[in-house]
Amino acid sequence: MNVLKSAWRRPTRFAWVALPALLLVAVAACTGDSATYPQSTLIPKGDFAEMVDKLFMTTVWWALAVFILVEGVLIYAIWKFRGRPGDAEPSQIHGNTALEIVWTIIPAAILAFIAVPTVRTIWRTSEDPGRDALVVEVIGHQWWFEFRYPEYGIVTANELRVPLNRKVDLRLTTKDVIHSFWVPQFAGKRDMIARHTNHFWFSAADTGIYSGQCAEFCGMQHGRMGFHVVSTDSAGFAAWVTAQKTPMVDSTMARDTLYQAGKTAFMAAGCIGCHAMTGQPTANLVDLQGPNLSHVGLRHHLVAGMLQNNDEDLARWLRDPQAVKVGSAMKLPRPLTEGEITALVHYLRSHR
Amino acid sequence: MSTAHESTGIKSWLTTVDHKRIGILYGASAFVFFLIGGLEALMIRWQLHAPEQTFLSPDKYNQLFTMHGTTMIFLGIMPLSAMFFNYMIPLQIGARDVAFPRLNAFSYWTFLLGGLLLNASFLFNAAPNAGWFGYANLTSKQYSPGLNTDFWVAGLQILGVASLAAAVNFTVTILNLRASGMKMLRLPVFTWMSLITQILLLLSFPIITVALIMLMYDRFFGTSFFSPGGGGDPLLWQHLFWLFGHPEVYILILPAFGIISEILPVFSRKPLFGYTAMVFSGCFIAFLGFGVWSHHMFAVGMGPVADTVFSLMTMLIAVPTGVKIFNWIGTVWGGSLQMKTPMYFALGFIAMFIIGGLSGVMHSVAPADLQQTDSYFVVAHFHYVMFGGSIFSLVAGGYYWWPKMFGRVLDETLGKVHFWMMLIGFNLTFFPMHFLGLNGMPRRVYTYAAGLGFETDNLIATIGAFTIASSFAVFLWNVIKTSRRPADAPADPWNGATLEWSIPSPPQHFNFAELPTVDSRDAWWAAKRKMGGFAPEPKHYPEDAVHMPNPSWWPLVTASGILIFFIGLILGVVVPVMLLGGAVLLTGIYRWAFEPAFS
Repeated sequence: MNVLKSAWRRPTRFAWVALPALLLVAVAACTGDSATYPQSTLIPKGDFAEMVDKLFMTTVWWALAVFILVEGVLIYAIWKFRGRPGDAEPSQIHGNTALEIVWTIIPAAILAFIAVPTVRTIWRTSEDPGRDALVVEVIGHQWWFEFRYPEYGIVTANELRVPLNRKVDLRLTTKDVIHSFWVPQFAGKRDMIARHTNHFWFSAADTGIYSGQCAEFCGMQHGRMGFHVVSTDSAGFAAWVTAQKTPMVDSTMARDTLYQAGKTAFMAAGCIGCHAMTGQPTANLVDLQGPNLSHVGLRHHLVAGMLQNNDEDLARWLRDPQAVKVGSAMKLPRPLTEGEITALVHYLRSHR
Repeated sequence: MSTAHESTGIKSWLTTVDHKRIGILYGASAFVFFLIGGLEALMIRWQLHAPEQTFLSPDKYNQLFTMHGTTMIFLGIMPLSAMFFNYMIPLQIGARDVAFPRLNAFSYWTFLLGGLLLNASFLFNAAPNAGWFGYANLTSKQYSPGLNTDFWVAGLQILGVASLAAAVNFTVTILNLRASGMKMLRLPVFTWMSLITQILLLLSFPIITVALIMLMYDRFFGTSFFSPGGGGDPLLWQHLFWLFGHPEVYILILPAFGIISEILPVFSRKPLFGYTAMVFSGCFIAFLGFGVWSHHMFAVGMGPVADTVFSLMTMLIAVPTGVKIFNWIGTVWGGSLQMKTPMYFALGFIAMFIIGGLSGVMHSVAPADLQQTDSYFVVAHFHYVMFGGSIFSLVAGGYYWWPKMFGRVLDETLGKVHFWMMLIGFNLTFFPMHFLGLNGMPRRVYTYAAGLGFETDNLIATIGAFTIASSFAVFLWNVIKTSRRPADAPADPWNGATLEWSIPSPPQHFNFAELPTVDSRDAWWAAKRKMGGFAPEPKHYPEDAVHMPNPSWWPLVTASGILIFFIGLILGVVVPVMLLGGAVLLTGIYRWAFEPAFS
């Protein structure tokens, strides 16, 4: 019985030490690179996210110091004052006013060190992005993001193109329920609420493709409402704008029979009922139910970040959208033939 | 014929007005709901253990996370606290029952029927699926046409009635039924924190009630309080919800503070450090709790003025909370720690609650919260408060008061196995979630793509969740094993400080044959000191020594009327059913009013 007891006591003490150690290992483990954690708030790639990260790290160091101190005192007290058989009654202390005042003031003082940079950052992140900023209207839909560039008359979906080091002035709202815009490496979240136009800004400090996600629960496919931000240098951005503005010249595709079949299918299969598309009668319509598909071939992903933009994924989506993303508003008026699918894939992906 | 004798059998439980039996009913029902909520959590964790899993459909997942939150808050933690309010408050203040015993039974039955109604939704594959926070305008008929949200609105309305009735009852009980000499600043701290909780309930539940009625009208009668199409504003819901929702957090944690403040002194063998500071910091936390609701809404875009105010107000809460933690450590300091299972859980509570408090301060930093809110970081934070705080404390209270309630001391070895498994499982589950959130994983997603760096932390969290579940299997085994032993626990197994330890375990129907008088805090310690440090086992009195109120069917009947009314509503405003419910309700109230309480 005694053997059992002492064996029991050892792991007990071990655990009190092991637990904080485990936490420290975990803290160390969280430092990674952008490739491993492409959606990490801890690897900021823009000025907004950098300000936030700096502020956050301030709180982390204070919290870590308080954590080690208080947990340390607690564990020490548990060890030091563990009762032994035959202990006399400890002295019956009811409190200590001086001590209690001190440990009211110290946390208040620490909080002041956090409060000052907090308030400063609140105001800095609320600053007007200025007139030179690139204005983008972001409109939430169940379950995809629409981006409009009023400056260029461009409407696109699920992939936000931004030029390097230029402030992007976001005007956010929604067509249906509340969504939230979140690209962790560029900025925090901003909700998109019907009848409200919300403001937010960031600027990209690095080129690349960054992933974002809707961060407010918005119904069945909230988990599949992703998008990407593609930042390029200003020349790359200008080229993208030009491409978006250039209607597909059908004459160059005149002899591409598969392309022509796809173009016909787009109308015949009813795609046109929901999607704006360059070269189709819906080319300049806004406020259709589905995403604008003009130049969809230029995008890296499809279906709100869920699929890669390649032939197989697009064909899978067109074959049975509800099997890929149940509940999606993409409901085919009639099933497509394999021939139509092949033609549509070619037609859509040709638009670059 | 006097009914001081408590009969046994199902009828006696359905009609009981004894606060102790009602406490046990609350505890048993809440524990079953807690296990259901735990099962929901396990299914959620199984779905998320690896990327791109299809164990649950998106809709099923949304139902489960909504019901997990709703269940744990309204059907788990709140009624588990209510178990201790019911059982312990009258004993701690030296009373024979609560102020309104039949109202107490009514609260319980209303709670139970509301909880059953919420869970009945699973039978129709229509469990609530818009989150426990039910943000408008997703909850509108347009975007949630099914019965799911109707079940949620009806269930929460019913639970609100139960909570409000109980809050009135306990407020009156604590203020009016205190033993002679038990001044307010001599109240046991658990009773004090419970009183603050009842006042929070009284002030905050009407807000959610109003919001739910507005939502009900939007859904059933075509109003547009929250729907932008008709000129309403979805943000109004968020303000109303969090104006209730933040005090609700303190409704969940203040009783836990109270339990810890009872256990630490007893097992340290010295009084609570800074009693007055503990009481007033509790009041201060509750007061501030009404001024911080918008810290749940930093991403809404309220502007820098509001963000600043709510950031600073939220930080302020850390001060009284810190005072509590330091006073608890001050209580332990210099003591002679009796390392029994309740003490393990109480100390585990402090250790875990510190972590939840620190991540809470991080959330108060509005710009940083823009990254953390609606990510797994916040899931980690509130589980350190709700589980590391409330659940650890409720379990501590369970082990502490078990002998008083059931006359048996739970097994120490199994209790400590439970503690270590739960502590390790809890940290495995929730600590990695901090990193998941910081690495960009949003909450409430039914799956996640591979390659975002979420895989390892999610797998660890799932292993942890199953470890927690196993720890509760150990607890259940402990309960079964202990229940086979004779009920021979002494009246005062821990050398308790408060009056509940001065009467037999379990107490007789009337609690105190003679009502105690009190002349200091820690009344039972003071009494024992006068007796030379030791009290003999209290004697048992004849069961008919004291006249106690009659049992009554009418609380149950009245509660059923409310249930029937809301079933009629869910069925699509079926007026005859609603009228039937109203008739049952009125009959119940009428018969109750004219039923003699004593015979």
